[in-house]
Amino acid sequence: MSDLLHTDAAELSGLLADKQLSARELTQASLEQIERVDSEVKAFLHVDADRALASAEAIDARRMAGEELGPLAGIPLAMKDIFTMTGAPTTCGSRILEGWVPPYNSTITDKVLAAGIVVLGKTNMDEFAMGSSTENSGYFTTHNPWDLDRIPGGSGGGSAAALAAFEAPLALGTDTGGSIRQPAAVTATVGVKPTYGATSRYGVVAMASSLDTPGPCARTVLDAALLHQVIAGWDPRDSTSINAAVPDVVAAAKHAEVKGLKIAVVRELGGDGYAPGVLQRFNEALAVLAELGAEITEVSCPNFDYALSAYYLIMPSEVSSNLARFDAMRYGLRVGDDGVNSVEDVMNLTRGAGFGAEVKRRIIIGTYALSSGYYDAYYGSAQKVRTLITQDFDAAFASADVLVSPTTPTTAFKIGERVDDPLAMYKADLCTIPSNLAGNCAISVPVGLSPDDGLPVGFQIMAPAMADDRLYRVGAALEQALTDRWGGPLLNQLVASPAGAYLSGGAR
Amino acid sequence: MALTAKEVARLGELARIRLTDSELEQLAPQLDVILTAVARVSEVAATDVPPTSHAMALINVFREDVVQPSLSPQAVLAGAPSVEDGRFRVPRILGEEA
Repeated sequence: MSDLLHTDAAELSGLLADKQLSARELTQASLEQIERVDSEVKAFLHVDADRALASAEAIDARRMAGEELGPLAGIPLAMKDIFTMTGAPTTCGSRILEGWVPPYNSTITDKVLAAGIVVLGKTNMDEFAMGSSTENSGYFTTHNPWDLDRIPGGSGGGSAAALAAFEAPLALGTDTGGSIRQPAAVTATVGVKPTYGATSRYGVVAMASSLDTPGPCARTVLDAALLHQVIAGWDPRDSTSINAAVPDVVAAAKHAEVKGLKIAVVRELGGDGYAPGVLQRFNEALAVLAELGAEITEVSCPNFDYALSAYYLIMPSEVSSNLARFDAMRYGLRVGDDGVNSVEDVMNLTRGAGFGAEVKRRIIIGTYALSSGYYDAYYGSAQKVRTLITQDFDAAFASADVLVSPTTPTTAFKIGERVDDPLAMYKADLCTIPSNLAGNCAISVPVGLSPDDGLPVGFQIMAPAMADDRLYRVGAALEQALTDRWGGPLLNQLVASPAGAYLSGGAR
Repeated sequence: MALTAKEVARLGELARIRLTDSELEQLAPQLDVILTAVARVSEVAATDVPPTSHAMALINVFREDVVQPSLSPQAVLAGAPSVEDGRFRVPRILGEEA
């Protein structure tokens, strides 16, 4: 494998700016890696090599003409197949949208293209972002580059796997209950859920609108910050977009200093049900932060125990409403239009055929939770719990700058292990859901391999709304200290191991 | 609460999803387990707790009332399952006698 593939986006940016490297060369290297490994990893639903090379050449031409370009111009990116982009299919991992080519770009797609970033293709995901493993994709399951028999996390498992398999240095995700952070945790990559409303949802296929948050995925904290800076900001086309300045996340990632910072462990996010190896690495990372001069305390957020329950009522309720748009009339699949069936029959047949099991489960739970007679007990109560969780956060942030926890209770589980047990699958989001319900921000950074099974462990840092810079500051400090100890990024250990030989073209 | 297959079928029709018999058999017990688990929310949802529908308290976000360019009819119809005379063609919407 060429060293280019191992190089992070920040360093590639310098090489491109100094004309020591062309965007074409770099894009070609990514495409070759996809060619080499994606038949095993299966991160991509769609790769458009011609388009990627053409846009890379256009960037090179602009650079040669002396144009001032942004720091990520010419860097390849893997885009979760939930962002609309003209000229390529957007399926959202669903058969109901198979082959659909959107007529417009999402705001984030526009920002990425305007920054000169080279989109390689669209990555696999759980159908409509519902899942923690990509096993709910209507197409295929993505495999964890660390162990191809295991899940890469979800819903954004394709984006995380593309990073961990060195197919791309940058990726995009969306996080409704953990879909950026949990895949990052189980693949030893970095994933950020920005403050709700800090990144535009315009043109992002909706799952649960009060929770959905697009965000950056990368292999380093600084790279995530560079992408965050490109995609964040007010968008008049998204009515819940925050009209305020984006915190300087890049400066924060470079500052990487935690001395005197108050870091509080959330008592409820640990203990029973958490893998011993996950807790061990989590505690070691805490000790590292303490050594760096942070003040470590513990807080209790008692209502977090109800977060998963509240989430699995609020989210399906919003899903049942949002997915009503797939009505077989304006776009996507249509089944049973035989001239006899009524419009309602055709809708029923199309949605029955086009949606997968998990999507159906959630739409029906939402329909039930919102139905008269049950509304108060289910949806109404869940909305109250949402208030209580926000109050727990407010109280905790009154005495701490950031809160921390493991990102997910276990390492990557085996493909197939939880498919027949939806509740077990939902528990993968136990630690990530509270931030979605409260709308604040959180990051997952790798903190080592679990001694239980040799698989990556993620460390979650949560900060108040619009204090996204704190995530990068703490995340970068931790990353720096740990990579010094490891003698390089954690992913290098995969490359050097027999299990990772296939990434360099070796036999597995 | 024990959700029956018949009730799930009714919910499916409300949600415009035609479910097969085997799906109904699988879904009913699964939904039961999930709904029992999430019903815990009522333990702490006291009457004096205000509900949150949205993390950010935004009201009436308007833009200037200025005409902006929109997609062309061709672009809008390009992804349609069926098109006729520059319009979406849909299955019959009225009953036989209407």
